[in-house]
Amino acid sequence: MISVVGHQPPPFFHRGPAPFARLMFFVALSLLLLVLDLRFHTLELARQGVALVTYPLQRLANAPLEGLESWGNYFSSLVTLEKENTGLRRQQLTTANLLLRQEHLELENQRLRALLDMKARQPVTSQVAEILYAARDPFARRVILDKGMQHDIATGQVVIDELGVIGQVTRVFPMLSEVTLITDKDQAVPVMIVRNGLRSVLFGAGAGNLELRFLAANADVQAGDVLVTSGLDEVYLPGLPVAKVTRVDRDTSYAFARILCEPIPGVERNGQVLVLGRREALPPAPPELESKDKPSKGRKGAK
Amino acid sequence: MMQPTHGSNRILRPVRDWFIWLTLLLAMFFNMIPFGRFPGIPDAVALVLTFWCIREPFKIGMAAAFLIGIVMDVSSASVMGQHSLAYVLLAFTASGLSRRFLQFPLLQQALQILPLLLAAQLVMLAARMSVGAEFPGMEYFLESFSAALLWYPLTYLLLLPQYQPIEKDENRPI
Repeated sequence: MISVVGHQPPPFFHRGPAPFARLMFFVALSLLLLVLDLRFHTLELARQGVALVTYPLQRLANAPLEGLESWGNYFSSLVTLEKENTGLRRQQLTTANLLLRQEHLELENQRLRALLDMKARQPVTSQVAEILYAARDPFARRVILDKGMQHDIATGQVVIDELGVIGQVTRVFPMLSEVTLITDKDQAVPVMIVRNGLRSVLFGAGAGNLELRFLAANADVQAGDVLVTSGLDEVYLPGLPVAKVTRVDRDTSYAFARILCEPIPGVERNGQVLVLGRREALPPAPPELESKDKPSKGRKGAK
Repeated sequence: MMQPTHGSNRILRPVRDWFIWLTLLLAMFFNMIPFGRFPGIPDAVALVLTFWCIREPFKIGMAAAFLIGIVMDVSSASVMGQHSLAYVLLAFTASGLSRRFLQFPLLQQALQILPLLLAAQLVMLAARMSVGAEFPGMEYFLESFSAALLWYPLTYLLLLPQYQPIEKDENRPI
């Protein structure tokens, strides 16, 4: 190996430690960071500090795409807008039926719950946010929202679009927040099958798909079943649509059925989303206890 | 037997430090542009870093690679240490082999950069897959190939300021 850097320099050209020693130092430092971040999640503050510095650059980098989009919108013809408008009006009419009855059903539900002496469902606050872009990391499925600590976004909040759950806020920066999508491998959503009330946990399966794990091979699941959040975790509101079962493989050589699902909402699309507030104030418990109690609390619990 | 010819090397002006950092900053800017999950977008930071490690091994080295790696870790929302580990290894190999790389013509240089970039990607893949991240598919490695294709134009672009003569003289060939 012919090398300039590899040669030991004469003492009067001293350039600090040898390259190999420096390599070992930086590799050890990187590995330390990797372990700290993956195992102990203790680097969030450092991450926020760096993010604050890179934030202007990041917004600037986002500008070309935003500009292109607004140009595209400007030139989108009157015809498409009109078509969209009539489509939306039609949709509103079809959903009006459901919406009108919803009020009635909610009242009825409240009365029944009061009758049965059950805990009333809590109303939840929400905030509209916009998906800025998908994170560059090819190993995970995350998107960045345009609201952060400044807008009282906190980790653990659920993010939905008009069709259902798309993910959960896992990291909050001063101006931005990071949402782990339900299709991420580390993200777990407690769900229930609408048809028969069977409860399970839904995991990301890669390539934009989802998977219902640990259901017995003879479990009552069919292709086409709709999965909604079960609400058992006290993080997700019950009844939000999540996914639809696409394929069920029952191989008798395995104890569990292999159940593939596809997300109902436009999980990997950009646009407006709703960040739901926390369902209820969690009791002031020590953090390690909290994560042990709720194994289905998304990223935090899945780890 | 290949003889070192230095045929393509002209006498260049010394590089300015701020220019190195400016190009690295621009590369970071390029990496922050949200292309979504479109495959084959080159990692500009890795490419520019390799370039300067080969051209100026005394100015840009592992410390710079580590710092830039941290920034890339945060901005791409990946695990802390993932990019810095890959970039530090990349900087070490590139600066160690810099004399070897520089004696080849540009196209052959590009061919030799490719395994370096692929190795850096493999390091990142190993770092993430070892803790159970999803495999991004074979198209993940496309970005190294597109980066190697960019080596030829990038060399001219980044050496442009060094090609400028100190004072304008119409009779001088350089």
